[in-house]
Amino acid sequence: MSGHVATTCPYCGVGCGVLAGVVASGAVTVAGDPQHGSNQGRLCVKGAALGETMGLQGRLLHPQMRGPGGALRRVTWDEALDRVADGFRSVIDRHGPEAVAFYVSGQLLTEDYYVVNKLAKGYLGTANIDTNSRLCMSSAVAGHKRAFGEDVVPGCYADMEQAELVVLVGSNTAWCHPVVFQRIVKAREEGANLRLVVIDPRFTATCESADLHLPIRPGTDVWLFNGLLAFLFRYGVMDAVFVEAHTRDFAQTLATAEHDAADPAEVARICGVQLADLLTFYRLFARHEKTVTLFSQGVNQSSSGTDKVNSIINCHLLTGRIGKPGTGPFSITGQPNAMGGREVGGLANMLAAHMELHDPVHRDIVQSFWASPRIAAKPGLKAVELFDAVLEGRVKALWIMATNPVVSLPDADRVKRALGACELVVCSDIVASTDTNALAHVLLPALGWGEKDGTVTSSERRISRQRPFLPSPGEARADWRIVCDVARRLGFERGFQFAEPHEIFIEHAGLTAFRNHAPHADGAPAARRQLNLGALASLSRSAYEALAPVQWPVNEDGVGTLRLFADGHYAHDDGRACFVMTRARPPVHAPDREYPLVLNTGRVRDQWHTMTRTGKAPRLTGHLSEPYVDMHPHDALRCGVREGELARVLSRWGTMVARVRHGGGILAGSVFVPIHWNDQFASDARVGGLVNPVVDPVSGEPEFKHTPIRVEPFPVRWYGFAFGRRALPTSGLSYWTLIRGENFLRYEIAHRERPADCSAWARRWLGVDDPAADWLEYEDQGTSVYRAAHVIDDRIESCVFLSSRHDLPARRWLASLFSGERLEEADRIGLLVGEPPGADVDTGPVVCSCFGVGRNTIREAVRVKGLDTPAQITAALRAGGNCGSCMPELRQLIAEVRTAPSA
Amino acid sequence: MSTKRARLVVIGNGMAGIRTVEELLQLAPDLYDISVFGTESYGNYNRVMLSLLLSGEKQADEIMLNPTAWYAEHGITLHAGDPVVEIDRARRCVRSSSGVEVAYDRLLIATGSQPIVLPVPGCDLPGVVCFRGIDDVERMVEAAGIYRSAAVIGGGLLGIEAANGLSRRGMQVTLIHRSHVLLNQQLNDDAARLLARNLQERGLVLRLDAETVALEGGERVEGVRLADGSRIDAGLVVMAVGVRPEIALAEASGIHCGRGIVVDDTLQTYDPHVYAVGECVQHRKVTFGLVAPVWEQARVCAAHLARFGHRRYCAAETATRLKVTGIDLYSAGDFIGGAGTEDLVMRDPRRGVYKRLVLRDSRLVGAVLYGDAKDGGWYFELICEGTDIAPLRDRLLFGQSYCQSSIANLAGVAT
Repeated sequence: MSGHVATTCPYCGVGCGVLAGVVASGAVTVAGDPQHGSNQGRLCVKGAALGETMGLQGRLLHPQMRGPGGALRRVTWDEALDRVADGFRSVIDRHGPEAVAFYVSGQLLTEDYYVVNKLAKGYLGTANIDTNSRLCMSSAVAGHKRAFGEDVVPGCYADMEQAELVVLVGSNTAWCHPVVFQRIVKAREEGANLRLVVIDPRFTATCESADLHLPIRPGTDVWLFNGLLAFLFRYGVMDAVFVEAHTRDFAQTLATAEHDAADPAEVARICGVQLADLLTFYRLFARHEKTVTLFSQGVNQSSSGTDKVNSIINCHLLTGRIGKPGTGPFSITGQPNAMGGREVGGLANMLAAHMELHDPVHRDIVQSFWASPRIAAKPGLKAVELFDAVLEGRVKALWIMATNPVVSLPDADRVKRALGACELVVCSDIVASTDTNALAHVLLPALGWGEKDGTVTSSERRISRQRPFLPSPGEARADWRIVCDVARRLGFERGFQFAEPHEIFIEHAGLTAFRNHAPHADGAPAARRQLNLGALASLSRSAYEALAPVQWPVNEDGVGTLRLFADGHYAHDDGRACFVMTRARPPVHAPDREYPLVLNTGRVRDQWHTMTRTGKAPRLTGHLSEPYVDMHPHDALRCGVREGELARVLSRWGTMVARVRHGGGILAGSVFVPIHWNDQFASDARVGGLVNPVVDPVSGEPEFKHTPIRVEPFPVRWYGFAFGRRALPTSGLSYWTLIRGENFLRYEIAHRERPADCSAWARRWLGVDDPAADWLEYEDQGTSVYRAAHVIDDRIESCVFLSSRHDLPARRWLASLFSGERLEEADRIGLLVGEPPGADVDTGPVVCSCFGVGRNTIREAVRVKGLDTPAQITAALRAGGNCGSCMPELRQLIAEVRTAPSA
Repeated sequence: MSTKRARLVVIGNGMAGIRTVEELLQLAPDLYDISVFGTESYGNYNRVMLSLLLSGEKQADEIMLNPTAWYAEHGITLHAGDPVVEIDRARRCVRSSSGVEVAYDRLLIATGSQPIVLPVPGCDLPGVVCFRGIDDVERMVEAAGIYRSAAVIGGGLLGIEAANGLSRRGMQVTLIHRSHVLLNQQLNDDAARLLARNLQERGLVLRLDAETVALEGGERVEGVRLADGSRIDAGLVVMAVGVRPEIALAEASGIHCGRGIVVDDTLQTYDPHVYAVGECVQHRKVTFGLVAPVWEQARVCAAHLARFGHRRYCAAETATRLKVTGIDLYSAGDFIGGAGTEDLVMRDPRRGVYKRLVLRDSRLVGAVLYGDAKDGGWYFELICEGTDIAPLRDRLLFGQSYCQSSIANLAGVAT
């Protein structure tokens, strides 16, 4: 690959370095960047398939506005930007700045984030800017702030390789952060004495490699870690010097823990695990000084998420296992730039550059630096509240960037209603059709990965460049530029005259360093922050272009920092870390008779968020192609549903339909549904619609991992699937899922009513109205099986398989036919079977047509069995035994074989 | 040769009679002195292949089954071209047209069938032929060299094969059929439509649902008049409207006949010395027109003539295959179906393939294959054996190779 560009993967928070390039054909090639410290050359399957997601099909390439009739029409940038600016100004004039809001995304680059945060908090004067990171790691942020005084991940990925014990809590690392997981596995393979404990209600792919899996009851993490704290203290596993010198509030925290969880037997009972397993975990933790506790959404997405985080951190503070190689609590984030967003303050309860809204000194620092007309003084609306405010009419203009809240927020149908009721909904996106864009008044085309230019920060505080290697498609613009365009139209000429991301980055870096010291005697407002990129504030443009990945804080020489808090100095005013009392409490909504099961949601290995990109890559659709509800066979039996059939999943907030699966890793009483599918890919599979809109009181993060639900059969008369080169209409189908493949779209379908005339129905659905079309079909009415295929110029165009049962033929071979230019005659027969003709011996042209005996078969028999007469052939093969028409050929074949030189 | 040997006389030098003799010679080569009388002045030939002789795809010597030398070789006295005119059952001897008298201990009647001639005006005009023997083929070939157009009456197997043969010999052929379904004894509507289209593409003119009311002409036939008043010019008219068992000789000798010579399960007639096989017989009210059951009759009859007496003839399912090069057509069993049956149907018009299998209680009972008939034999086996096809149902229509792989896969999983 020549002329590749070093950039950063746009998926999870691991932040892998990618070498991307464009080959002559226009295809994008990607490879892991061996120089990048986070992945050292590795890529997971999603990253490796990035090249397949870059096509412009489905992209939003021009600004669009919804007309009075509800239809979108293409408009110029000027029209669109004027509409956004006018709409925002009008709402602010009438209702004040709190009536406008921004809902942004961990997919934005730091520069984009910085500009929009600056506009909201410094110029419009509202903190109503929240982000989808709220759904993902805001509990970790809150936990960090409570414990350390600042939102800081103390360690780095290398700690997991150097540790003796890695505890993965609420993290299916193998699927969701594969490269970090591979680093752990590789360290084990290379002989590191590394124990792996997984704490997760599900037996996930991650557990396959674990030494111990604790399948705790959903939501009981605080009991587990309070119990651990009490256990460690009781057995003297404590760094008393560290606790004494560098922490506070230990006594009451321990008392709280002991109140909840002094008796491991009681903890085991509450958590639903075997006492012996629990003690094994506690002893492992006690014995291994070098312990990393990595946690993710299973911890964060909870009504007690922040307490879960602190209960983990408490154990690390007790043992002093923080800031040292191979130790530390480690929050791993889900998005590529959740960390960057946090750094610039892109959350409703932060100001900017790790400074706080409520702190007048911080406000003064930021406003002076920005020289902005105003500064937001009170926290804005967090994601769930924000959409409540929209529904209630308190927020009247909303600008959504790079996220899809109609799919991803809890109680998502309410979000849909909120957007429907909103005066002005603006969406900046790279894709034209999403569930959210369907409700937008203005659509602004943004740049996507490979086109945009800026920086991201990974879970280990590593700032890496995302560099463009593709031209901007259509009229798409960088998010920061769109925001600046609107800001200028709102009259804010001064703060938004950025010509390129470099200028934004150095301003951001400058703000992190601005008055970043202990207050001097002169009284000028100042505050110490760990986040300090001062050395990068003077980067030249070319140095920014060439910026190598670096972990903040960055010292004067531009050298990064592997670990923080090595000196025992924390960001609280007194320099100490805080133990936080974490009182265990169950999830808000307990299962009951009506909704007896607990819904857990999460990612699958090969998909990302709402599938706008990964849904395009054929390679990624094969792993798990359909929305599913994974449940225990006993629960399935009680609910009257069967594996492979469809089920309706209901909560008090919404319903969805998915296929029942027994993945084998689910506790009885729990079900798991992936978060990815939405109205663009399935009839009714937005799990967000079911999730209870309960949030953590501190962080505002929703409780995605615990919603009481029930499961019912979704009765259908027939199941089917279709392949087509073009999109097929889905209206009128009781159930459908769309799967994009290599040169085809696949639809899995089911319907309540069987069509009276399958052939007519299939022709209509596949759009084959020409009676002379090359249309082949098979029907077995007795078992309600119907299959048909449409061929154009010896190339398969589409095919459909219907059956009253869900055990339809395998899809793989049919899928492969769409890659071929020409349909082989032999494969044509297989079309209606769904599999290739058997690799049976070529029997040759038929000689005896009565019994269908081929020339090669006869020759072989004559040769091997030494047959002399046609009658002997008849006796052996039946050939010639009926009408006798082939007798002359039989005689001739005998003669031929006789005279042929023996091989 | 010993004069003590029993005497077997065979009336009919056709496929049924000679096959019986062949079977007999295998079982009991020295039991009988055998005499064979035949109307035609040839040895024994394969009547099924007359179509290919007509179409020019085979030569006369290629359709011969047993040359005259074969008779000599086996000590059989052949009276070719000298038909038997009388059976004297009291004296147990037969007399031929040339006056030869031969006594028998066992008599085998294999007189076959006669083509039906429509009793319409002009049916006896020169140029009106049936399609039964080598003589008929010779007359048709000769006419094809002289006349431009021909009409074939009857859209059954023979009619279609005759029409195709004449067409291949360059004649403009009109095929006249009473039903709207060609081959209505062998095909359902769907397959018949495909066949009709194929024949039309070959240049044949089809007149379906057409009743012949007269053959017109002076010295020689010149045309066919249909019931709707239209006339089809034809220098040659081939009647292929069916056959009826040739029973005149048997009836005259007082052997009990219905539509055919009535035989029991051993192929014995009401006269214990007299057996009958082939298209001239009536067995349990059924008469025969296809070759497969005749082979079985020959096998059974030979066993009884050989005095083994261990076989019985049971009417079995029959299968049909059209002998028209380039048209792959097969039907077997109850291919119409009805109450209590289920259909598997496949259509691939581009490849010209139509397949229909009829199931009853998870067993295959009938098959129609058009365009791709290579699995016909296998289906016929499944029909005859009454195999439970439930495990194969999803693949059955796609042929034996798919089903074998499925069986193999199942076995693979099990082991």
